[in-house]
Amino acid sequence: MELVLSAGIGVFTAAGVWLMLRPRTFQVVLGLSLLSYAVNLFIFAMGRLTVGAPPVLGAGTDSVFVDDPVTQALVLTALVISFALTALFLVVLLAARGVTGSDHVDGREPHQGEPHPGNPHPGAPHP
Amino acid sequence: MSPPVMNASAASAWADHVVVLPIVLPIAVTGVMFLLDERRHRFKAVLSLATVVALIGIALVLVGRAGTAPEVYRVGNWAAPYGIVLVADRLSAMMLLLAGVLGLCALVFSLARWGRAGPRFHGLFLLLLMGVNGAFLTGDLFNLFVFFEVMLAASYGLVLHGSGETRIRAGLGYIAVNLVASLFFLVGVSLIYGTMGTLTMADLARRLAGPTPGDLALFEIGCAILGVAFLIKCSAWPLGFWLPTTYAAASAPAAAVLAILSKVGVYVVLRLSLLLFGAGPSEGFGQGAILAAGLATIAYGTVGILAARDLTRAAGYAVMISSGTVLAVLGTGSDGALAGALYYLVGSTLAAGALFLLAEILQRGRDPVEAAQPVFADEYRDPFDDADATEIGREIPAGVAILGAGLLLCTLVLAGVPPLPGFVGKLAIFSSLATGAITASGWCLIAVLTLSSLGTLMPMVRLGILNLWVPHDGSPPVLRLSELTALAGLLAACLGLALWGGPALSYADATAQWLAQPQAYVGAVLGDAPGATP
Repeated sequence: MELVLSAGIGVFTAAGVWLMLRPRTFQVVLGLSLLSYAVNLFIFAMGRLTVGAPPVLGAGTDSVFVDDPVTQALVLTALVISFALTALFLVVLLAARGVTGSDHVDGREPHQGEPHPGNPHPGAPHP
Repeated sequence: MSPPVMNASAASAWADHVVVLPIVLPIAVTGVMFLLDERRHRFKAVLSLATVVALIGIALVLVGRAGTAPEVYRVGNWAAPYGIVLVADRLSAMMLLLAGVLGLCALVFSLARWGRAGPRFHGLFLLLLMGVNGAFLTGDLFNLFVFFEVMLAASYGLVLHGSGETRIRAGLGYIAVNLVASLFFLVGVSLIYGTMGTLTMADLARRLAGPTPGDLALFEIGCAILGVAFLIKCSAWPLGFWLPTTYAAASAPAAAVLAILSKVGVYVVLRLSLLLFGAGPSEGFGQGAILAAGLATIAYGTVGILAARDLTRAAGYAVMISSGTVLAVLGTGSDGALAGALYYLVGSTLAAGALFLLAEILQRGRDPVEAAQPVFADEYRDPFDDADATEIGREIPAGVAILGAGLLLCTLVLAGVPPLPGFVGKLAIFSSLATGAITASGWCLIAVLTLSSLGTLMPMVRLGILNLWVPHDGSPPVLRLSELTALAGLLAACLGLALWGGPALSYADATAQWLAQPQAYVGAVLGDAPGATP
């Protein structure tokens, strides 16, 4: 289970970082969401992984074999906050799309003659 | 857990609840505000003004009481390591007062026109103050995260206030950067919880002082990640490239109150590094990094202000220089210099706020404000579609002369020229660093600070000439009564800080000494010390 969880966090983070660095705003939002999933799983893992252990003590529960409820509360809070702020970011994204007419993070489409990472030497003739 | 202690009389029991008021009062008023219709903006303005005045009063009470022992407020009366505590000590009380004064002046400034430039301005403004106050008061790391997020969510709204393409584009970057910073915050907090098993700051300090935990390295990694989140928020180099663009794009009252926002990051770095790394197994952790980040921030801010072509950008870089100065002084580890830095922090934040307000008035007649296209039809109101006759307040004659004097005062404070607080603060830093055996880092800091004074003075004089003396085609700047009041308030606070420099510096000195003794803080929060209430 540890391997699956850590691999999951890693894949989410890698995909999130890659998407965050993409030029389109929607990709950035998706990247941020994936990153926040990774972080939430990470917080959860910080309470140690257990199977079938209750987080809340009741009448018949074993008082030794319990899960840490604090990290679960933390995840819940972080989840709500990141969800709300992603929604807010989406609204700003839509506003930017409406105002600039472009979904590029710079607010404008890269021009043909301008150097950009895909084409660092725009003046050079193609072979 | 612990039974309520009810040995105090009813009156003093009520007085204990003053500590929670800076958080409860603004959020309650915000709740009322969101219920009111947008057309009742005059009532809303009065309500928010009254709230911020009350906040200043509460902060004054807390500053007065903080002299002896810190006030610890246990939310829900749960004992410290189990529940959330709010702690009002000297540093918190000072920052609360600073936030209140800056907030009041920005709010008064917004009465002239900006308050009506978009919906829900006053509610967002109070929500921002609530988040800032909460971050200053809380003694729990996760609670700090929640207050940070409240503060940031409100600041996203305020940065976009007034709409327009520049603001939306700047806001997009600002929100993305801060969302990533929040994720760093969460990773750091959860690593600290995973290794130490607590999130109460005082309990963390106590556990560090005890037997050395096995996974100390993991704890330090968590603290470093947490530190990155705060350094992004206080715009330390190389994490602060978002700040000048965002602050220059924000409307003037929003930018002025955002000046306190970057100081929240500085405050948390100060609080945590002195509490956790003042002594114990990881003594001095991160000090070198903070010093380097501070020095680089001052240098970058100075180069930026030299290159700035308008006053709002210059003010943004001035905010960076002020944060960088406090960080660098913290990195040198000198308590005396820290006292000077705290004094400098207050003066320079007030001056930077005043500069944002001034810049907006001066540049108003010059660049016609871009005609923003409505994006959401039901939300949009043109900020300047009101006829001048309906604006509150009269125009002040000789406005340009007053603005010139204000700009002069701001320049003197930010560049650290006598006799204003910028100079006094820097002098206090220099004299503490230069007493006894002066270290290489001390020399470095003195050199960088001196150069940054010169580097601030030159562009500010140039921008002053450009904005005040060079004739231009636009209409001359018009100063309204509320705008004058706001400016006068901020500048009078700066002047007062210089005139009553003795008491202010001795307060800062006592604060620095208090911060250097984290045992007293730990004892007060965890209930070992008498007088811990309620």
